[in-house]
Amino acid sequence: MTETDPILSVRGVTLAFGPKIIQHDLSFDVRRGSIFAVMGGSGCGKSTVLKSMIGLLRPRTGSVLVENEDYWAGTEARRTAIGRRFGVLFQSGALWSGLTVGENVALPLRMFTRLNDAAISRLVRLKLGLVGMEDSIEQRPSELSGGMRKRAGLARALALDPDVLFFDEPSAGLDPITSSRLDDLILNLRDGLGATIVIVSHELPSLFAIADDGVFLDAETKTAIAHGSPSALRDHCPNKQVEAFMRRERPEALTAGKQPVP
Amino acid sequence: MTQNARSDLPPAWQVSVTQGKHVLALSGDWVAQSGRIPDFPPRGLAEIGSGQALAFDMAGIGRWDSGLIAFLWDAKRAASLSGIAIDPATLPDSARKLLGLLPERLAEPEAAPRRRFRPLNWFGGRILDVLNETGILSTLLATTAKGGVLALTGRARMRSVDLFANIRDAGPSALLIVSVVNFLIGAILAFVGAVQLRKFAADIYVANLVGLALVREMAAVMTAIVMAGRTGGAYAARIATMQGNEEIDALQVVGIPVADYILLPSILALVFTMPFLYLYGCLVGMLGGFAVSIAMLNITGAGYLAQTLDAVPLDQFVFGFGKSIAFAILIGVTSCRIGLKAGRSAADVGVAATRAVVTGIVGVIALDAIFAVLADVAGL
Repeated sequence: MTETDPILSVRGVTLAFGPKIIQHDLSFDVRRGSIFAVMGGSGCGKSTVLKSMIGLLRPRTGSVLVENEDYWAGTEARRTAIGRRFGVLFQSGALWSGLTVGENVALPLRMFTRLNDAAISRLVRLKLGLVGMEDSIEQRPSELSGGMRKRAGLARALALDPDVLFFDEPSAGLDPITSSRLDDLILNLRDGLGATIVIVSHELPSLFAIADDGVFLDAETKTAIAHGSPSALRDHCPNKQVEAFMRRERPEALTAGKQPVP
Repeated sequence: MTQNARSDLPPAWQVSVTQGKHVLALSGDWVAQSGRIPDFPPRGLAEIGSGQALAFDMAGIGRWDSGLIAFLWDAKRAASLSGIAIDPATLPDSARKLLGLLPERLAEPEAAPRRRFRPLNWFGGRILDVLNETGILSTLLATTAKGGVLALTGRARMRSVDLFANIRDAGPSALLIVSVVNFLIGAILAFVGAVQLRKFAADIYVANLVGLALVREMAAVMTAIVMAGRTGGAYAARIATMQGNEEIDALQVVGIPVADYILLPSILALVFTMPFLYLYGCLVGMLGGFAVSIAMLNITGAGYLAQTLDAVPLDQFVFGFGKSIAFAILIGVTSCRIGLKAGRSAADVGVAATRAVVTGIVGVIALDAIFAVLADVAGL
């Protein structure tokens, strides 16, 4: 395995709940060290694609390769071992409400490492410090604002120094300033930790600011209709729908002036 | 993250002076999960003297992750404490970026204010709480009663769909567990009675014992306890979850009274179903007693039935029927109140459900004791 191999590959994946197909025949690679965006309109199945990559939903067909190893073909123990290299930031933080913020970050360390209490509390302080939450260590999740919950969730995702970080709608529900700070934080963490980041989002400003590769999912055809970085898709994509999405216009507006509607 | 693939070296550090510059040199592998990351002493830079600069030498470093950053952060704070400037340019790009995110000093953790023990304050607070809670429960009871009366005249702002769904959950779905519990209670009563009464050749009086005990006390109390655990806990958990999802807030904003939409159908459903479950419980319990008596004792089935009918007058049924309505109101109102009062986290939902079940069971038994005293006074 070399450094240029993709860290994550999705090969011919079809996702479905019962008879309802969510997305079919998805294939894409996530390069090591990139910030990869899964884009698409609301309800196109972005979060479902994320679920299949973090081990919450088995694809109907196809495979998810983590460093050329088929994730879903392995035993459950093997999947847990691979999953430990992942960090996930859920949409609203998903902090465990019975624990303090500090305990939330400490729990994965307690479960999966042999570190002593002093070392754990040092790492907890560090991870919370990285997201600017070192003063909230004793607080309960219910006392935090939405943005703080997200940052605390990010600190928890960072607990085990993951190789791949997954973000589900990181800027949803945040004000533009908090959201752009979070973008900077994501960039800094990528550069600092060398982690690969997969981000599910439809927030254009944040996508343009951080993502350098991506895939665009379509709700109509239920598959990927474009690959590339968000800015490339905006400027050079032949697909009108993708272009419209990236320029925040309605598809009719782009075609209306150019050709008469039959 | 992997800078260099080589065997595991323990992390080491040293502050030295080269060419008049203070340098913190690091070597080895700095992996957090190895558990070998050293502490940087908070006063470790005190002898350098304020106003100096500290550079880093990272040439000897192997693999590293956030463990290194933890150590560098210690050093950064120590430097800030001693008034020393650190020279981030000598750090690798990535480490510099992460270190830049971290503050130079930590806020001292606030000492928790010591709570003085003041028995009078504590006691007074408790009394006020109890009065407050009594008031709220009475209001809730009054609102529900008013809603119930309105519902009877068909003018309540309650959806009948909700009422019927609640009645189905509280009634038919509970039949099985009510049957099992009451059948066994009847059987146990007959068993205990049979062993004693046989000694006096009073076999037939087992029918009196089982019939009276079930109709007066056991069927009503056991059914109420089952319902407190089953339906009371469910109400509290459901309302507490709605609280957590801001559903209760949404109802208030839209202007739908919580009492009409949630409380009334829940409490009314219990009040409707509980008396019938009680009657059903009496029947099944007597069946249990009948089965044991026929099997153990020297009596005929017809004799047992005749003795039972003779022993249990109708007013005993009325008494039990009335009690089970009171239990239903108690369980319904307290569990809804506990759900409404709950906090907004997952743990709070669990607390609310537990509290509703415990309050329901203890409340039912306490209320039953009050009824027993009242019945004695009234000569029932």
